[in-house]
Amino acid sequence: MVQRADNNNYLTSLKAKKFSLYVFLVVSFMLFAAWSSGFIVYSAGGEDKGLKTLLPTTFIYSTVSILLSSVCMHLAYAASKVGNIAKQRLWLGITILLGGLFFFLQYSAWMELARNGVMFINNNASQSFIYVFVWAHQAHIFAGIIVLLNAFFKASNGNPLIKNRFRMELATIFWHFLDILWIYIYVFLLLNQ
Amino acid sequence: MSSIAIPHAGDHGHDAHEHHHETFLTKYIFSQDHKMIAKQFLITGIIMAFFAMFLSILFRIQLAWPEKDFPILEVFLGKWAEGGRIRPDFFLSLVTIHGTIMVFFVLTAGLSGTFSNLLIPLQLGARDMASPFMNMLSYWLFFSACVVMISSFFVESGPASAGWTIYPPLSALPQAIPGSGTGMTLWLASMVLFIASQVMGGINYISTVLNMRTKGMSLWRMPLTIWAVFLTAIVGLLSFPVLVSAVVLLIFDRSMGTSFYLSDIIIGGQILPNEGGSPILFQHLFWFLGHPEVYIVLMPALGLTSEVIATNSRKPIFGYHAMVYSLIGITVLSFIVWGHHMFVTGMNPFLGGVFMITTLIIAVPSAVKTFNYLATLWRGNIKFTPAMLFAIGLVSFFISGGLTGIFLGNSALDINLHDTYFVVAHFHLVMGSASICGMLCGVYHWYPKMFGRMMNDKLGYLHFWMTFIGAYLVFFPMHFMGIDGVPRRYYSFTNFPFMQEWLTVNVFVTWAAIIAGLGQVAFLFNFFYSIWFGKKATQNPWKSNTLEWTTPVEHLHGNWPGEIPTVYRWPYDYSKPGHEDDFIPQTVPFSETMSSNLPHDFEGDAVAEQIQREWDKEHGVERELHH
Ligand code: HEM
Ligand SMILES: [Cu+2]
Repeated sequence: MVQRADNNNYLTSLKAKKFSLYVFLVVSFMLFAAWSSGFIVYSAGGEDKGLKTLLPTTFIYSTVSILLSSVCMHLAYAASKVGNIAKQRLWLGITILLGGLFFFLQYSAWMELARNGVMFINNNASQSFIYVFVWAHQAHIFAGIIVLLNAFFKASNGNPLIKNRFRMELATIFWHFLDILWIYIYVFLLLNQ
Repeated sequence: MSSIAIPHAGDHGHDAHEHHHETFLTKYIFSQDHKMIAKQFLITGIIMAFFAMFLSILFRIQLAWPEKDFPILEVFLGKWAEGGRIRPDFFLSLVTIHGTIMVFFVLTAGLSGTFSNLLIPLQLGARDMASPFMNMLSYWLFFSACVVMISSFFVESGPASAGWTIYPPLSALPQAIPGSGTGMTLWLASMVLFIASQVMGGINYISTVLNMRTKGMSLWRMPLTIWAVFLTAIVGLLSFPVLVSAVVLLIFDRSMGTSFYLSDIIIGGQILPNEGGSPILFQHLFWFLGHPEVYIVLMPALGLTSEVIATNSRKPIFGYHAMVYSLIGITVLSFIVWGHHMFVTGMNPFLGGVFMITTLIIAVPSAVKTFNYLATLWRGNIKFTPAMLFAIGLVSFFISGGLTGIFLGNSALDINLHDTYFVVAHFHLVMGSASICGMLCGVYHWYPKMFGRMMNDKLGYLHFWMTFIGAYLVFFPMHFMGIDGVPRRYYSFTNFPFMQEWLTVNVFVTWAAIIAGLGQVAFLFNFFYSIWFGKKATQNPWKSNTLEWTTPVEHLHGNWPGEIPTVYRWPYDYSKPGHEDDFIPQTVPFSETMSSNLPHDFEGDAVAEQIQREWDKEHGVERELHH
């Protein structure tokens, strides 16, 4: 009896934690939504406002790498569901590498922007907004990679399976969110190009 | 599920059967217990409130006696009050920090933080919050935010001084005013900490409400307090990130030289390089948070008073569903009215018209709530406890302050009224006074739950009357000043002949403020004295229906010693005809109240209706069960 009540409590607390994560994603999205609307309001403010530039092609490569990383993350999560720790670590490792690659590509993308004369300090703040979007997303990616590393190093055969699986589930949700968030930003910028 | 090894729940949830090894540090400082965290929020909030009140007395002194020296001021303010007179830029700092602390630290964190933490688990039947650790973090982030904000009084250039709304360019340029230097940086840092705290708290509140209710506690059986803090948390989570976005851009403008908000500025004969920025953009982003924020401040107060008014009128709340739908209506509408703060920014008149209409619509749910309060009070068997008086005080302030909102909401009238004392009067009544009354109502009512002792009633009555009368004397005259065109945030009343006429009123208002401020000392004494020396509380001192009063007076981890009680009914069965007591707690099943059950109690459950019908026949009771 007591054991069962405890188990129920534990499962409820997991459910609540997962729910909390979803709420956090909404909060995080609101931040970008606010900048998006700020961008629209600002860019509508005059003829000389707006992006007025082509986005760096590096963004295409970074988008591909984060999409691939999402696929790998999915495979890692599938492995965790059947309790295959070795396979989970393999795919997770690849995800982390792709995440790192994405991080680096984003960095080279804004260097490219700067080389093309699209500066952060700019009298057309529409262009400064590109940096704001990318940097804020980078900060999220940084947090995401820490989450993935945590899931990577805590996964071992000694630890309870349900914990590992739950950790993986949360990490997966978060990582997919970062992927979708980037695509949102990219498409938003493309539409305003 | 059973095939998976589940780690022992004790690692996570707080289990009542376990013995926690508690040290002073884990019990009082880094506590993860929601009741302790609630008390931490409350006491920090009270300290901040007194600090901000003290600031307001300082600037009121300047407003009342602009030509007089008060050497004592120089003693503790030093160069900011040289010769005993407050300097103009310091006056603006006082106004700014007063507003910031009151709106964010007292009426947002102090109010929501205290009562969401205390009541969500206790009224819903949960052992603690969804994530106690995050909850603890939320408090400590709030505490750090307070420390950073107050520390700005100790920097050379003084605290931020661009108003609580920190409009750029004033807030963006240190050359513009001393307060926009280090003080503003600290303000922004403090605000970031504060928002992080609010987000963590809010996520926890929402997650707990939706996932951790006890058996039988359906959404429609939740007390209105919970509905209010739940919807408040939603509003907060959707609007605070927008303030972050605004603040981040402001930080870039301040320290990296971008031009999001800055354009065409010549200052001190020097032309700034920034071009193309839009200060109006900041206002849009700010008020997208700012307006919902005023409801973040108000809604928890409305929730607390709903509960207290029903309990102390010994009547079911009038229109429970209407109350909930009004709160939901306010939640949704509060996001589409922000433009009413910007009517005079050169906004397109058509857009202004749209904001005018949404603004006037939001008055409807507000009015519904007011009528429901009055209808609940109507012919009630009213117990005038201090908490009840403060609840009625809220209703009064909400009406008198809400009415002026209707004037301000008209874009044409607002051309005259904007940025005058009329606005100051409006929001101090409808937000300041009403929410503070709601918060104090909550403190008096749930004090026995928090500290296991009662506050002194006599001091409570003294406190109420001084606050209630004081607030009206302070804020009512401001309407007339505003209609006459006296602008807010002006330091000197002696430079403009038409304002000089109002000096006598200023003296009156300042005296009223000082006396109302002294009334708060009665509260402070009562609050701290009663923690140790108050009368011991009984388990259910107000004969209330909600779950928190079924927990033992002595706090324990996990709240209930045994199993968590099950809930069978809504929380407002007061004075139900046919029942001997004038209240029926939520934990009493209908089978124990056969003499008082009503048709709609069974929610269409045919078996229960059948049992009731048999009982009625046996006892010769006539009751219509079909509807
Ligand atoms: C009956 C519904 C209400 C209407 C129609 C209304 C309308 C308005 C309008 C039009 C303004 C802008 C005035 C100006 O700056 O020229 C205003 C200011 C304000 N209102 Fe209300 N209001 C209402 C209720 C409330 C409530 C319930 C609260 C808070 C709990 C509140 C808090 C404020 C605050 C804080 C400001 C001033 C902010 C500032 O400029 O510093 N209002 N209101
Ligand atoms: Cu507003």
